[in-house]
Amino acid sequence: MDAVSDNLIEIHDLDYSFGARKIFNGLNLTIKRGQVTAIMGPSGTGKTTLLRLITRQIVPDHGVILVDGVDIATLNQTGLYELRKRFGVLFQNGALLTDLSVFENVAFPLREHTRLTNRLIRHVVLTKLHAVGLRGAADMMPQQLSGGMARRVALARAMVMDPDILIYDEPFVGLDPISMGVIVRLVRKMNDALGISSILVSHDVQEISTVADCSYLISKGKVAASGSPDELNRASSELVRQFMHGMADGPVAFHYDAPDYAEQLLGRDAE
Amino acid sequence: MLRDLYYTAFEFVRTFGALQLFFLRLLIYTPAVLSRRFGLVIGQVHNAGALSLVIIVICGFFVGAVLGLQGFSNLSRFNAEDSVGAVAALALVKELGPVITALLFAGRAGTALSSEIGLMKATDQLSAMEMMAVNPIRRVVVPRFLGGVVAMPLLAAVFSMVGLLGAHLVCVSLLGVDVGSFWQQMQQSVEIADINEGIVKSVVFGIAASLLAVWEGYNAIPTAEGVGRATTRTVVLTAIVVLIFDFMITAVAI
Repeated sequence: MDAVSDNLIEIHDLDYSFGARKIFNGLNLTIKRGQVTAIMGPSGTGKTTLLRLITRQIVPDHGVILVDGVDIATLNQTGLYELRKRFGVLFQNGALLTDLSVFENVAFPLREHTRLTNRLIRHVVLTKLHAVGLRGAADMMPQQLSGGMARRVALARAMVMDPDILIYDEPFVGLDPISMGVIVRLVRKMNDALGISSILVSHDVQEISTVADCSYLISKGKVAASGSPDELNRASSELVRQFMHGMADGPVAFHYDAPDYAEQLLGRDAE
Repeated sequence: MLRDLYYTAFEFVRTFGALQLFFLRLLIYTPAVLSRRFGLVIGQVHNAGALSLVIIVICGFFVGAVLGLQGFSNLSRFNAEDSVGAVAALALVKELGPVITALLFAGRAGTALSSEIGLMKATDQLSAMEMMAVNPIRRVVVPRFLGGVVAMPLLAAVFSMVGLLGAHLVCVSLLGVDVGSFWQQMQQSVEIADINEGIVKSVVFGIAASLLAVWEGYNAIPTAEGVGRATTRTVVLTAIVVLIFDFMITAVAI
């Protein structure tokens, strides 16, 4: 495989603003085929926004996003939907369709895009549900599931079309240690067994280290550091060390911009 | 001040234009939805129509009963109480049936549509569909819109029918109006044009009420407060639009 086709997603010089707030400012990033790539960063750096940009739910102010060498800004709706069929996306809160049962939620993409028989759909859906340990919950409604279970159903739904690219938005939040371990292994196993590529957005440094091939740390609208988890752990940059080791003091301020503490409590404004 | 006025006017024109484009999109998708997702449309006719029947039947009955009482007491001053059937029928078929049904429809089905679509948006369900390459307007909005458009005229017809039964019960069974004259006067004075006017109104109101409900839901700010506001706006806007259209259609028909 030559060097060009090795890059699945390339982002060049990306700018994006939300209102007056500049979220990305000249972001450059490459996601390699067949790898698990993690995108990390402090809260509010726009990690989820980046996923929305890659899938063109929103459009950048400036810059190019190439998926398999195709500039996604040039696609019409049909082309975009064809592209999206190659993506499986796991949303932060699961985003299950509340009027459908667990089974129908997982079957939804198959019913929409394929002409498989009911019997075959049942097989595929039960297989995927089994992989996330929820075959027994097939007849339940999303409202009856716990947050972690809903996420696992959403994962089953994300992989039901056998996508080329699986995107996980904060997959580890709110999972108990057992489910977390299973999901982490599942992410890795699916990536390798099915030959797909995975993009993980998370700030769970520990889990990322065990599963990711390559990580990007985003801060202030740019890639602050990149490399394997080991490389990041050993990095000398203060920002990377602060993030990887979870320290309160460092270049990333824990406090949002505010007037002087003592002044605000005791000063003239206090009355 | 002048600037505020300018922005308000600008915003109004912009929203109105966007609403028309939205309506156009719904119409363009309608044939495909009818042929490929007919089951979804039927389900929504059930949601918007069958589930609104209780409120329509109860309200229709009492509106008809009040019409009977009022008609009887006013007409008896002129010794014309036999015409009460005709008066009640004309009022119900041409005016009260479509208008009150539309207002009740907005309160019962319209709010349900807005809040359902708004909440689907707030919980990322619409984005999730987009990401699964399923157009949420086709899958979610158009079936609900069509369900409302089909259900509303049917509900208006039920309302008028139950209203007439209410008027009949009050006038004939309680107040002693002759049953023959009650129905005969009605048959003589209600013409097919009157019924057509009622049908046109209920269809137009059905389109307006369903369109506003799905529009407000689809454009709701995806928060609890935003969905709440969208639901309120659905009822308020539908009431205003229905009454304005009612005036316009009546003016044309007369």
